[in-house]
Amino acid sequence: MRGEPVAHSVEIRNLDLSFGAVNVLQDLNLSIQDGEFLVLLGASGCGKSTLLNCIAGLLEISDGQIFIKDRNVTWKEPSARGIGMVFQSYALYPQMTVEGNLSFGLRNARLPRDEIRKRVARAAEILQIEPLLKRKPGALSGGQRQRVAIGRALVRDVDVFLFDEPLSNLDAKLRADLRVEIKRLHQRLKNTIIYVTHDQVEAMTLADRIAIMKGGRIQQLASPTEIYNRPGNRYVADFIGSPSMNFLDGGLEGSHFRVGGETLDVSRYPFVAHAAGAVCMGIRPEHVAIADAAAAMPVQADTVVEIVEPMGSDTLVWTNCYGERFRIRIDGQTRIATGDPLRIGFDPAQASFFSAETELRL
Amino acid sequence: MDSTPVSVPSATGLSGPRGPKPRRKFSRVNVMLYGTLFVVAVYYALPLYVMIVTSLKGMPEIRLGNVFSPPVEITFEPWVKAWAEACTGINCDGLSRGFWNSVRILVPSVILSIAIASVNGYALANWRFKGSEVFFTILILGAFIPYQVMLYPIVIILREMGLYGSLWGLVLVHTVFGMPILTLLFRNYFTSVPEELFKAARVDGAGFWGIYFRIMLPMSLPIFVVAVILQVTGIWNDFLFGVIYTKPEFYPMTVQLNNIVNSVQGVKEYNVNMAATLLTGLVPLSIYFVSGKLFVRGIAAGAVKG
Repeated sequence: MRGEPVAHSVEIRNLDLSFGAVNVLQDLNLSIQDGEFLVLLGASGCGKSTLLNCIAGLLEISDGQIFIKDRNVTWKEPSARGIGMVFQSYALYPQMTVEGNLSFGLRNARLPRDEIRKRVARAAEILQIEPLLKRKPGALSGGQRQRVAIGRALVRDVDVFLFDEPLSNLDAKLRADLRVEIKRLHQRLKNTIIYVTHDQVEAMTLADRIAIMKGGRIQQLASPTEIYNRPGNRYVADFIGSPSMNFLDGGLEGSHFRVGGETLDVSRYPFVAHAAGAVCMGIRPEHVAIADAAAAMPVQADTVVEIVEPMGSDTLVWTNCYGERFRIRIDGQTRIATGDPLRIGFDPAQASFFSAETELRL
Repeated sequence: MDSTPVSVPSATGLSGPRGPKPRRKFSRVNVMLYGTLFVVAVYYALPLYVMIVTSLKGMPEIRLGNVFSPPVEITFEPWVKAWAEACTGINCDGLSRGFWNSVRILVPSVILSIAIASVNGYALANWRFKGSEVFFTILILGAFIPYQVMLYPIVIILREMGLYGSLWGLVLVHTVFGMPILTLLFRNYFTSVPEELFKAARVDGAGFWGIYFRIMLPMSLPIFVVAVILQVTGIWNDFLFGVIYTKPEFYPMTVQLNNIVNSVQGVKEYNVNMAATLLTGLVPLSIYFVSGKLFVRGIAAGAVKG
């Protein structure tokens, strides 16, 4: 053990998980503060749900340790870890009423009846599901079911909530509503939450910190703004942001970036590592200016509009720039048509440079 | 349409197809389809008809030889005789003895085999342990080994256990032989239950038996019905094990039916034989009638929605 423990709610040390010869998680370390909202984000198959199941104790790990509230729970049963879990498919017990679903865990723990009733009432009040208590899950809508599932975690009165893609089964509008509600819930209860999702909007809006995972490893663990503005490697840069970042492959000579026969002055970019040779520059579609605004930008180019995708609030324009497909996000009210010439410009200070070799941020 | 519509939005397109496509009742396909179905239905129903009709006739009427003609004088005498008076060997108390023997074999066999197989299937589906797949494969292989190979070894095993010739010996045999297919049935069903439900129950602190009795059992009625039907019909219709592993006093109904029908002494009483056969088939038949709907639901039960 280390010295005096800090206020860590969940701590994972050197976690390994392998199924036979397949390593799903490798030497994973993660510390989560008390009351923090951590989102595990990644494409499917990146190991994020697996990690959550390991924390919950639903999967036996191959090596490493898991601490919850500074208690080593590595060998503990899921019910003894002080966690509540919410699943994507709600996983409500179909033959029990909502009340039965909420109280099932408490009855297993042999709590006194009064206590059970009090806790169920409180959870129902918080989630506004009091009128549904006598109904069966089959008679509820998707959003109501997920509320009940959250309630089931809530009544356990635990420190850590684990959410496994809780909103993925809901339609877009409900998802947005419930997302805000989860955030409100977190602000009210101030529990630690570990939240798995593949939806970057959920991740950006909910998280205190986001852990982006790929291939069983954490690629970057940082706040949403940090991840958006200063992605740690090319994968993260590509994954976060919709539409995703434009990438230009070229060479770096001092403070000049050579791409497609042109040389761009990128001295405004704050390099953290000295680099030369093959690099990749990334610029977000929303950081590219057009027309008059482009004239004020340090780097400019002339292009032709190839495809226009109007989305109402904004419009996505596809062009070709320095021989690469280039996406630009502009205001939805701008009148633009396919074939129009378009002058674009951007500030290298808003760009990201990655080494072509290691794909790490420069 | 016989009347012209009053308000017409536009004249164009009114003559074209509109609404549901009309279907002819006597199309060639329908005639073929229903014709075939009718023939097949008659083919299967005819023997049953002959049996019922014959069982209600007296012997003089049967001797006239009109197999298909309905009884002129309906008599239930053959049924009574088949149930209570027909002779097998020295016993002349009809099928009733066999019926009660069958019931005494059936009830414990069905309960025991389903209870064990459902727990087996549940464990294999949800509590994977090291070698569980191998165990399952071996168990399933048991379903493919011909009975003949195992007949004699089982005689020895039962003899050593002191169960040979007793009802409980036969119950044991039925339970063991039902295991592979029932375990497969239950395992597949429980595998189709969303895994997250099981995980949620574990987080809620339910253990092996807690999850089985309080989560899995209440939502698997259809598959239990399927299992009951399989076992009841299978065990009730069993002849081989009944004749090998029990003594004459414990012979199940099927064996006794055979002894009545195939007895070579005296006159062949067709009406009694038909009545006896119908009586023997009554149990599986009523099971199908009572639980047919649930049976279909159980077979079709794939996803369980929560």
